[in-house]
Amino acid sequence: MNAVAWTRVAVIVGFVALIEALCRFGAIKPFTLIAPSAMAVSLVALLQKPDVRADLLFTGVNVAITVAISVAGGFAAGVLLHRFARARRVVSPLLAASYAVPMFVFYPVMIVLFGLGRWSLIAIGVMLGIVGMIVNTIDGLDRVPRVYTKTAAMQRMSPLATTLLVVLPAATPHLVTGVKLAVTYSITGVIAGEFILSVAGLGRAIALAYNNLDNAAMYGLLLVLLIATTAINVAIHAWESRMHRIWGQA
Amino acid sequence: MGKPDAPDLGAGVIAARRWMPLVDSAIFVLLILVGWQLLFVRVGNDGFASPGETIGRLATLAFNAGFWNNVEATAVAFAWACVFAIGGGLVVGLLLGASRFAGEVADPILNALASLPKITLYPVILLFFGLGLQAKVAFGTIHGIFPVIIMTMNGVRTIKPVVRKTARVLRLSLWETMRTVLLPAALPEIFSGVRVGIALALLGTLIGELFASDRGIGFLLMSYVNRQDGAGVIALTVVLFAVAVTIGSALLALDARLHHR
Repeated sequence: MNAVAWTRVAVIVGFVALIEALCRFGAIKPFTLIAPSAMAVSLVALLQKPDVRADLLFTGVNVAITVAISVAGGFAAGVLLHRFARARRVVSPLLAASYAVPMFVFYPVMIVLFGLGRWSLIAIGVMLGIVGMIVNTIDGLDRVPRVYTKTAAMQRMSPLATTLLVVLPAATPHLVTGVKLAVTYSITGVIAGEFILSVAGLGRAIALAYNNLDNAAMYGLLLVLLIATTAINVAIHAWESRMHRIWGQA
Repeated sequence: MGKPDAPDLGAGVIAARRWMPLVDSAIFVLLILVGWQLLFVRVGNDGFASPGETIGRLATLAFNAGFWNNVEATAVAFAWACVFAIGGGLVVGLLLGASRFAGEVADPILNALASLPKITLYPVILLFFGLGLQAKVAFGTIHGIFPVIIMTMNGVRTIKPVVRKTARVLRLSLWETMRTVLLPAALPEIFSGVRVGIALALLGTLIGELFASDRGIGFLLMSYVNRQDGAGVIALTVVLFAVAVTIGSALLALDARLHHR
């Protein structure tokens, strides 16, 4: 590890140690925030419980299905909107604005449509997750240099071969960014839905612990979520940087 | 378009081209209304409403003093959240950008924090700030601040080295360097960060109101959700969309002008 990585670790450890000290010496009351060490103890205890594991599995499967639908659907919609400029001009302000609107107020409507359970959560997750994929697919296709497609035409490549061998690789960096956003927002959507109303899941478990004033359980579960999302983000970020390096253009 | 040998288009064709985007938008709105009505026929009134009912509700809300009180509460919280997100984000971003080492240390940490599902932090924010304005502002700020920090930092990092060297040759203090050199040089990138930050601050403020407030549009929305009042929910969402599209388009136009300079 180099100096940058060491300093990064030191900053994180220092921050956690500071919180630990503030909690241990009573500057932060346990009613507000429990010490990080206590969160870790709670996390280990929680992971032994079968119902917590079931909740994690429920949420994990939901997120996986949501991401799959968001990425596939967002890519298809992005390709179509890129192809039809008139439709794109009309839809793009809405796509840009949807980030600023709390879409999960539509969650109750999803429950009416899909019933209380997995599919209403997936539906609301897709509503949040698909937008970033659509926008980045359009962006990526926009940025494919003209000279590439012209060269493909000169080589008399078929439309299919042009798409697979020229257009998609050239658009890859943006597509990867789209996948990253789809994952982040899918997680947010599914967990937000579970928070509001659900039969199971990590979000529901956190909401229940909060309502029962069970801070140990709540912070333990939040730590699970923090570790899981950070691990996913770091992995995707590394993949994204690699793709940007391989396929050029920032 | 501007080619000299372009065929002479009749005045009618030119007018048609000018109105085309509006016609397209009208068709789009019409399609949405038809789809919405069909959905309504299928779903019924369980927490859902027809376009007609929603428009009726919008009209009632516009003449309701309580609604405007809630708008004001949201506007105040949103304004504060913007102040903290933009102000804090600029200072942190400029400082991190000014030092290459600090920037490299902070970059992955900031990206991880930015992509956390912050909605799950609402119990924590509630425990720290209680119910009310502070919690809303805190929620708006934690949503809006990260894009501002990250894009400011990247903007400053990509400034040409000669600009920063000149600042050093002129023996400018850190504050002077930030104010008169780094900030103007990185302005287009910074503004893009501010644009995204403002959109997310609005989202954060509204989420704060959904869960941690007794006033504001978000609070009103949540009470409609709990009452299964579909017309209210959809009417408010339409309002929020309209506000977000307006703010977003205005900032995007400004953004494009800054990048063109």
